[in-house]
Amino acid sequence: MTMAQTTATGVPVATPAAGGFQLASRLRSLGLALVVPALLLIFWHVATTNRWTRLIPTPFETSAYMVDFVWGGIYDDAFSGTAHIHLLASMTRVYGGFALAALFALPIGLLIGRIPLARQLLDPFFQLMRPIPVTAWLPLSMILFGLGARSAFALVFLGAFYPILLNTVFGVKNVDGKLFEAASMLGCKGNAQFFRVVLPAALPSIFTGLRLGLGLAWFVIVVGEMTGVPQGLGAVIMDGRTLSRTELVICGMIIIGIAGFISDRIVVAIGNRMLRWSPNHHG
Amino acid sequence: MAEPSLPIIEIRNVSKTFQLQGQEVQALKGANLAIRKGEFITLIGASGCGKSTLLRIMAGFEQPTSGEALMWGKPITEPDPQRGMVFQDYALFPWLSVRDNIAFGPTSRGVPRVQAREIVERFIDMVGLSRFADAYPHQLSGGMRQRVAIARVLANDAEVVLMDEPFGALDAMTRERLQEELLDIWRSTKLTVVFVTHAIEEAIFLADRVVVMTPGPGRIESDNPMTLRRPRDIASPEFNDIRRFMSGKLHSHHGIKAA
Repeated sequence: MTMAQTTATGVPVATPAAGGFQLASRLRSLGLALVVPALLLIFWHVATTNRWTRLIPTPFETSAYMVDFVWGGIYDDAFSGTAHIHLLASMTRVYGGFALAALFALPIGLLIGRIPLARQLLDPFFQLMRPIPVTAWLPLSMILFGLGARSAFALVFLGAFYPILLNTVFGVKNVDGKLFEAASMLGCKGNAQFFRVVLPAALPSIFTGLRLGLGLAWFVIVVGEMTGVPQGLGAVIMDGRTLSRTELVICGMIIIGIAGFISDRIVVAIGNRMLRWSPNHHG
Repeated sequence: MAEPSLPIIEIRNVSKTFQLQGQEVQALKGANLAIRKGEFITLIGASGCGKSTLLRIMAGFEQPTSGEALMWGKPITEPDPQRGMVFQDYALFPWLSVRDNIAFGPTSRGVPRVQAREIVERFIDMVGLSRFADAYPHQLSGGMRQRVAIARVLANDAEVVLMDEPFGALDAMTRERLQEELLDIWRSTKLTVVFVTHAIEEAIFLADRVVVMTPGPGRIESDNPMTLRRPRDIASPEFNDIRRFMSGKLHSHHGIKAA
């Protein structure tokens, strides 16, 4: 049993009797979380079966197509059984662009947060560039990086870069001044404070930045794959639009949603483990 | 009384002026104080009397505008493990467990791991937190956190412990317990303690000498040796006499200020 589950008096909170209670409360929160999606599904069903719109397929048609998209064997067209290829292509770009963004944003953020000269030099520039939406970069990106995967990478990179940068700067700048005094009177001075005080103290903010950055990487993947890549969920959605195959668009959307959700839960789980010392950091 | 030995801490004609929104504020004016090894000193006074400033100068967090602060005759220029600080709001490292908070000083100074572990266990034990060695600060009560903060400076071989209203945020019962525990530790370790407080009773209960400070600008008003035998009974008539006397000293100055 970890200390996180014990109170200040050292008495473990989770007793066997409480285990059943915990399961019930988990089921309850799962049930509550499903209410709104279920209502949406019902509305979708009612709206499409009553022909309020002719352009959107029914949930049943869509789910049949989803099965075909993932496993194939129903329609056997160009997209049957190809979901994993597109998902893998998108994931490569999402995680690749995200990793690249983290690689640049973390050190730059640490510099801006810690060194006044770096802040004066770089902060105004980034503040100026930040409001420009990723979509606006699309044409320039295609000129600079060509049509294809490199452009997609660059756009995902841009989307993930700013939240990581800003939260890193915030975390580094907002370390409680008392902790520096405490460290210095304990004999930890100068540059040694960077690793023993600044970095751990900024970790919750940095982590928030990484989480937001990864979320945004998924968010901009469709724009990123507007650059003429043959594979990827964004490319599937663009193809679906061109071919007027709305069910393909919806399937692509659902898979992006689920993949983004799972990826976020994994990040949160890692964060909860790394930041179990932090009272207000349990996502 | 002529003491041949050097004072562990000496404050010589120290003044401190701060710049506050373009204005000069004099926090401390012409302070003189000599502290001998092993003494328990309390600094008491209303807010703005410069008691915390004086303590921070002793710690090396602030430099005097004029005059000098010395430890063993040498100027205090920066914070040093010899002078441990205990803050009112604990200032523990929230990402470190109780054990690692206490180990922070020894490991920063390059004490070998095995030796550091022994030191840490000894001081965790001294402050009675063995059962909570792996807990994080946010899981502890205020009193327990302050015990960690005390153990942290003790584990770092501090000769002087500077305490800035350390029990100010605690409830009365916890405060009394910690006062007694602090005296036990002080007696057994022969530490020198400088303790800032605004509570008269606490100042008298703990100190060998109570230094009264007055605001506007901050000055040392008087230095009062406490001769009452320990353990001191705060309900005894003698204690009350002293309390009345000290309270008079503090309040007469409030009167002057208000007039």
